[in-house]
Amino acid sequence: MIHSVVIILCVGVLAGILGAILGIGGGIIITPVLTLAFGLDIKYAIGASIISVIATSSGATIAYVKDELLNLRVAMFLEIATTVGAIIGAVLVGVVHTGFLFILFGLLLLFSAWNMYGKLKSGNEVLHKVEPDKIAQRLRLNSSYYDKALKKQVDYQVENVPAGFTVMFGAGLASGLLGIGSGAFKVMAMDTFMKMPLKPSSATSNLMMGVTAAASATVYFFNGSIKPQIAAPLALGVLFGATIGTRIMQRLKPRWIRIIFIPIIGYMGLEMVLKGFGVTI
Amino acid sequence: MQQEMNQVEQLIGVILQIGVIISAIIIGVGLLALLITGKSGYPAGSFPTHFGAIFSGIAQFKPYAIIMLGLFALILTPVLRVVVSIYAFFKERDLLYVVITTIVLIILIFGMAIGYLGK
Repeated sequence: MIHSVVIILCVGVLAGILGAILGIGGGIIITPVLTLAFGLDIKYAIGASIISVIATSSGATIAYVKDELLNLRVAMFLEIATTVGAIIGAVLVGVVHTGFLFILFGLLLLFSAWNMYGKLKSGNEVLHKVEPDKIAQRLRLNSSYYDKALKKQVDYQVENVPAGFTVMFGAGLASGLLGIGSGAFKVMAMDTFMKMPLKPSSATSNLMMGVTAAASATVYFFNGSIKPQIAAPLALGVLFGATIGTRIMQRLKPRWIRIIFIPIIGYMGLEMVLKGFGVTI
Repeated sequence: MQQEMNQVEQLIGVILQIGVIISAIIIGVGLLALLITGKSGYPAGSFPTHFGAIFSGIAQFKPYAIIMLGLFALILTPVLRVVVSIYAFFKERDLLYVVITTIVLIILIFGMAIGYLGK
């Protein structure tokens, strides 16, 4: 008993650190560990993942009293798209054919990995346009953050708000319908489509993930998918890991975050495309 | 104005920290009780998933019931985040975002209600 509790606690810490740095839920670590190493039924693994997503989000929230990176306006505006998408997705489970969607979203992730690689090579992190985007300006989405690694205040603009909103809706739909972590899609919508710098994208994704997950968490809570002996050590580990991860992320150079990010979403994208064709890795 | 905003942000940060820490403590107490007593309080493989069962379990200090309460509190922390954000935008007199964030809260509560009532 104590043996497995300690292992899950440690897995949680790792998933929390990685999840908070990248703005993804950590399901990518937790689900395989729980299903493969612990032989846990996928139903309980998904329940545990949902708890870990919320713990990552909330742990990242409390790492600092005031979150310098977070763009609360972008978060709340896009959250409308994601939560509506997630609820529609959950309703459509079993109604629509998912194979095609896995391929579509997988390709989107691969495109995003490729795009991020381009950004990494060009070194262009922050969008500066003479003519600011009209919608972004009206919604007051442009902002700035203090980068602890670069030791300077970074002013940034966002653009392509409708495209970002659409991808966010897709991210919600995917998480509700396919049961996959939508964190990667959220970062992609902000970073790839709206041209927001990676650090605020990741921090904003972290906040949004928690809200989106909470909207569907009650389903799993009340239908008995959340096993206390698994979820309790996991939640505590992830909460702790996320507070560490948030501190690490603030001090990492954006290009390093990108270097960790690219292989992870590349792998996720490939896995999803293959799953769409009926192949499981 | 700026000073007032900083105070608001400070207050919100502390409220959120308290919310998350309280849920972590409840989960931690339940987990410790489980490890120390070695008993979950329920037959093997079962655990309480409804409020009635959870609260009557807590009255008898059953570890699984305490953990489930803590996990539910954790699920509520993002809701707290949205609620205090509405307050923050209100204090900034940013009505557009008071409306946007309120819509998010309504959708969120709707989603949670579906989970409670349905499936």
